[in-house]
Amino acid sequence: MAPDTAPPRAGMAGWLKAETPDGALHAMAQQLWRGWVQFLHHPLGLLGAGVILLLVVAAVAAPLLTPYDPAAQNMMGRLAPPSAAHWLGTDEFGRDIFARLIYGARTTLYIIALVTVIVAPIGLIIGVCAGYLGGLADEILMRITDVFLALPGLVLALGFAAALGAGITNAIIAIALTAWPPIARLARAEALGLRNADFIAAVRLQGASPARIIFRHVVPMCLPSVIVRVTLSMAGVILTAAGLGFLGLGAKPPMPEWGAMVSTGREFMIDSPWVVMAPGLAIAAVSLAFNLVGDALRDILDPRG
Amino acid sequence: MTATPLVEARNLNIAFGRGPAALKVVRNVSFTLGREKLAIVGESGAGKSTVGRALMRLLPPSAHMTADALRFADVDLIAASEKQMMALRGRRMGLIMQDPKYSLNPVMPVGEQIAESWRLHHPGREGARQAQERTLAMLEAVQIRDPARVAKLYPHEVSGGMGQRVMIAMMLISGPDLLIADEPTSALDVTVRLEVLALLDELIARRGLGLIFISHDLNLVRRFCDRVIIMYAGQVVETLAAADLDRAEHPYTRNLLASLPSIRHPRPRLPVMTRDPAWAQDRRAAP
Repeated sequence: MAPDTAPPRAGMAGWLKAETPDGALHAMAQQLWRGWVQFLHHPLGLLGAGVILLLVVAAVAAPLLTPYDPAAQNMMGRLAPPSAAHWLGTDEFGRDIFARLIYGARTTLYIIALVTVIVAPIGLIIGVCAGYLGGLADEILMRITDVFLALPGLVLALGFAAALGAGITNAIIAIALTAWPPIARLARAEALGLRNADFIAAVRLQGASPARIIFRHVVPMCLPSVIVRVTLSMAGVILTAAGLGFLGLGAKPPMPEWGAMVSTGREFMIDSPWVVMAPGLAIAAVSLAFNLVGDALRDILDPRG
Repeated sequence: MTATPLVEARNLNIAFGRGPAALKVVRNVSFTLGREKLAIVGESGAGKSTVGRALMRLLPPSAHMTADALRFADVDLIAASEKQMMALRGRRMGLIMQDPKYSLNPVMPVGEQIAESWRLHHPGREGARQAQERTLAMLEAVQIRDPARVAKLYPHEVSGGMGQRVMIAMMLISGPDLLIADEPTSALDVTVRLEVLALLDELIARRGLGLIFISHDLNLVRRFCDRVIIMYAGQVVETLAAADLDRAEHPYTRNLLASLPSIRHPRPRLPVMTRDPAWAQDRRAAP
């Protein structure tokens, strides 16, 4: 007879599937692994993740994927339909659309990354402070949040971008200014539920200061839902960025940006539809992909689901 | 007992809300505590826990506290700033809460939570290093075998009794002079309860702490504490030595004792408490 306890399986798989984790790091790795396994059973989420992965690969390996310079003009070959030489055709200056699409992925990724880095901490800190401190601090912080929420995001971003001047950096600032309120709201709701928890009272009983309680005990508990929320709002960020680009308030002309590409291509839409179609589809696909991944993450991270 | 009492409360009043609609939950409560075990007993809503929280100055914002005097050793708890209170909490007075399941941060290993208590009052690298050693020593002091392993566990991985020991370790690590135990054993089952109480008793005796034990279990209090304060509707109705509980004079105390079931003298029906409205009337403690 075989012994009761199966011999521990060797290698990575065995380590990830061990019955009892050796420590916090191991447990975290296992949790990630279980989440990943669940994610694999979520076909739409997987599809979204695939598209995002494609976006990242395109952005990172852009020079390897196309021989063309996205800014190189060729007036002889303008508005050429898709062919073996130009897979997606050329635009009104004879620039290769495939190259511009792939280099445009860099712009999109750059916007997403910077907006996330700005928005997540701001929203988290404002929301958690409001929720945990309550009273006057809550009133003031949440009324400010309401002011930002009262205006539609795109309109507000337009206003900021117009005031700050066109350009990718200003577009990012404008988008960040409009994207934090929903995250602050969410973090506040989470913090409200935690502030009266007994374990928070226990930390206060030990003489911890409010700042310490917020950063060591409340923020870590709010993080998972904030991450999901940020992923979901990425779709909106991409659309807003494309909208700003379309209206000429985003990236400046030679820089490949999908929204701006759609904007300049619309003049030739009837005769040369490929100029508009490629960046338009890219915007739709990537924003849909972020939505799908956000939904999948919510399903996996929500313990009630 | 030392010459200056550890805690002195004179005519402590706590009300929720203001004006005539205010709900007075604690009225004219006076007591002193030396290095002894004092129990506060009463039914739900009598104001026992509120008194405990008031000593830590951790009442909800809607509560208003007034007193002729409320002192902890040399500190005036009414006049103390929030900063002074923060230094006091955990360092010189600790409070053990009812249910370890909810009083420990679910996403932090228990050892780290005990260590945090030490680090709070001993900042810097030196404090962080000591915290590790102290945590293990403290876990051993609360009779946990294999402290190094338990320190790495998360709250959901420890049993109720173990959780309460962790709470005790957390509150005692900084060596407070006063421990307030707010029904520390009511979430535990009977056998674990006795173990935890015995442990608490030993630690208190060894360290010479003052203890305020908030409970509604008269039998427990009788065996465990030196003195008993009986509260009803926010007021102290009677204070007596635990040994004299059977000789209580106030009808409320007598009623409470009479309504305890006894395994040796089984009765088909336990008497129902008859309440005299006079008990709840405002009385000012004689100076």
